[in-house]
Amino acid sequence: MALRGVSLQIAPGEFVALLGANGAGKTTLLRIAALLMTPTSGYVVFPGLAQVSDGPGRNDTEVVYGNPKPSIGMVGHSTLLYDELSAAENLEFFARLYDLADARARIAHALDACGLATRSGSLVRTFSRGMRQRLAIARALLHGPRMLLLDEPAAGLDRQGLDWLGATLARLRDAGVTVIMSTHARNESLDLATRAVSLAGGRVERDSGRGGDPRPLLAALRSED
Amino acid sequence: MKARFGITALVAALLFFAGYAALFIAPEESTMHEIQRVFYFHVALWSAMYTALTIAFVANIAWLATRQPRWDWLGVSAVEVGVVSCTGGLITGVLWGKPAWGIWWTWDARLTTAFLLWLLYIAYLLLRGLLEDPQRRATLSAVFGIFAFLDAPLVYASNRLWRTQHPAPVVFGGDNSGLDPVMGKVLMVCIFALLTVMILLLVDRYRLERMRHEVDELRLAVESGAARPNSAVTKGAI
Amino acid sequence: MTTARAAAILLAKELRLEFRTRELLTATVVFAVVVVVLFSFAFDPTAAESRRYGPGLLWIAFLFAGSLMLHPSFGREQANQTLDALRMAPISPFAIVLGKMLANLLFLSVAEAILVPVFAVLYNISLAGIVGRLAIVLVLGTLGVVVTGTVFSAISAHARMRELLLPLLLLPILAPLLIAAVEATASLFSERPALDRAWLAFLGGFDIVFLTASWLLSDFLLEE
Repeated sequence: MALRGVSLQIAPGEFVALLGANGAGKTTLLRIAALLMTPTSGYVVFPGLAQVSDGPGRNDTEVVYGNPKPSIGMVGHSTLLYDELSAAENLEFFARLYDLADARARIAHALDACGLATRSGSLVRTFSRGMRQRLAIARALLHGPRMLLLDEPAAGLDRQGLDWLGATLARLRDAGVTVIMSTHARNESLDLATRAVSLAGGRVERDSGRGGDPRPLLAALRSED
Repeated sequence: MKARFGITALVAALLFFAGYAALFIAPEESTMHEIQRVFYFHVALWSAMYTALTIAFVANIAWLATRQPRWDWLGVSAVEVGVVSCTGGLITGVLWGKPAWGIWWTWDARLTTAFLLWLLYIAYLLLRGLLEDPQRRATLSAVFGIFAFLDAPLVYASNRLWRTQHPAPVVFGGDNSGLDPVMGKVLMVCIFALLTVMILLLVDRYRLERMRHEVDELRLAVESGAARPNSAVTKGAI
Repeated sequence: MTTARAAAILLAKELRLEFRTRELLTATVVFAVVVVVLFSFAFDPTAAESRRYGPGLLWIAFLFAGSLMLHPSFGREQANQTLDALRMAPISPFAIVLGKMLANLLFLSVAEAILVPVFAVLYNISLAGIVGRLAIVLVLGTLGVVVTGTVFSAISAHARMRELLLPLLLLPILAPLLIAAVEATASLFSERPALDRAWLAFLGGFDIVFLTASWLLSDFLLEE
């Protein structure tokens, strides 16, 4: 029972910084948004994409206009990659699962973008933490999701990795992708945020709101030491 | 409280009457004499077991369909009562088998099915003990419970099919053909008595599970500092 | 995307992973051979006894090896939480389960294909003329093992003591399958080999019942 009474409306194109201490419920919220977890009560709705009624207490009929899954990408605590497959093989596999039309081009582009083109045939097992994180993000973006969820993506990244993360997120924001990024400490990518929501004890503590200014909330964050 | 005591006393009285009937009212059986009287409770325990496990099966499906916690409570309670009844059935079977037919055990269809169900539902309880997240525990044990229940007729059928190819003397009263009417009535009394005991145990176990759930809820509420949730304990309702 | 196609993609991935590491297959085959050899030390059967006990030993070896091999089926997806990635993809949960069932069917069948000749040699049982029919029995029996085993792998992946839990859950459920498979195999090993239709039908029925149950329950199996 990690969340209680959380109600959020996020508009397309928003860059939401999800703040809160460890255990506040950030991961749970992201997993529910990724449709990995069904809330014990309540629902998740993607207006314009599909209307998905989830939750056990539903007594009205479920109306689904489309499948929201191809529009969602997630970068979690783990890499969501197969260590014993190569970078290219991982991306090929997911390209097939998502039934992507121009798979080869997309994969080549993705590998280029995260700087792993030369290592495309190497097993992920041989990659450094930074390389794996980059590939994980590439995997999440491969199918061109309109919403990207990130759970503490900056953790364990070196300088180069952090720069790359910031650049990638900036690109996404400019492209109108909705981003929800959770973090419990300060990192530079937060400068891109258009909104900050902080969770505590499973509830929404503060929310800078749709058109509001996230900076006061962000400033309250300690830096990562 | 008074109602509970009254009901328990009633069930106890019924059980004693059933025991008395089995021991004294029922006529003596011609071949096995006194030991045959175990049969009344042996069969009654099987009926209690199958009833309990059927309730568990329904509860498992209901949980998956509705996600209301009371189905999970009912499921685990029914399985526990079922396992207890099964243990009783197996023990009485062994006690009866040795003096009556000279064998401790035989792999006939009904015994085999009962034994396998015993193993399966103990596995169910073990599984529950090893799953920590309550939601997941309820869901996964329900899936396993459904598989276990579906297996029972398969076990029975496989044993019958095997028996047609490897016939053996039928023991344990065969298919209950030609039972003396008084014996039949005593059997009914015993079955009924054990069913009421089973229901009593089931209700108690269910209440225990419900209380555990409420304690967990209260603890969570206290920890997160919210207002106290609606407690059915104070209302005394199921 | 249809379930069948998604399952095929997943099957390809499982095969590729296994090709890379070969750990599952090797361990399974070695373990099964060890079991069969140990049995032969324990029993030292004569020809007639081989025919009687052989099928039972063979299937017990398969069952033990199978339960060992089935555990990592979903266990492997926990390393990097790759199961999350699969669940987020626009494929049905049953596709995920089916893909793994097919992979396990292939792996266990390969292990059996290696084991049966070894067994025939150690127990002096001639396979001449019955190979095709034996294959039918093996496939039907293995299918049952793999269908239930994959489901229980998913269940036990979330539990403590999962390596011990899987056989504990699986072996009792498979009791009727064991009887059927052993009897069908025995009738093939007998003096006049014959395909016992009743037992084959039973195996088929077992497979259908549990495959259907898996299909209906796969959503619940994978949910969080």
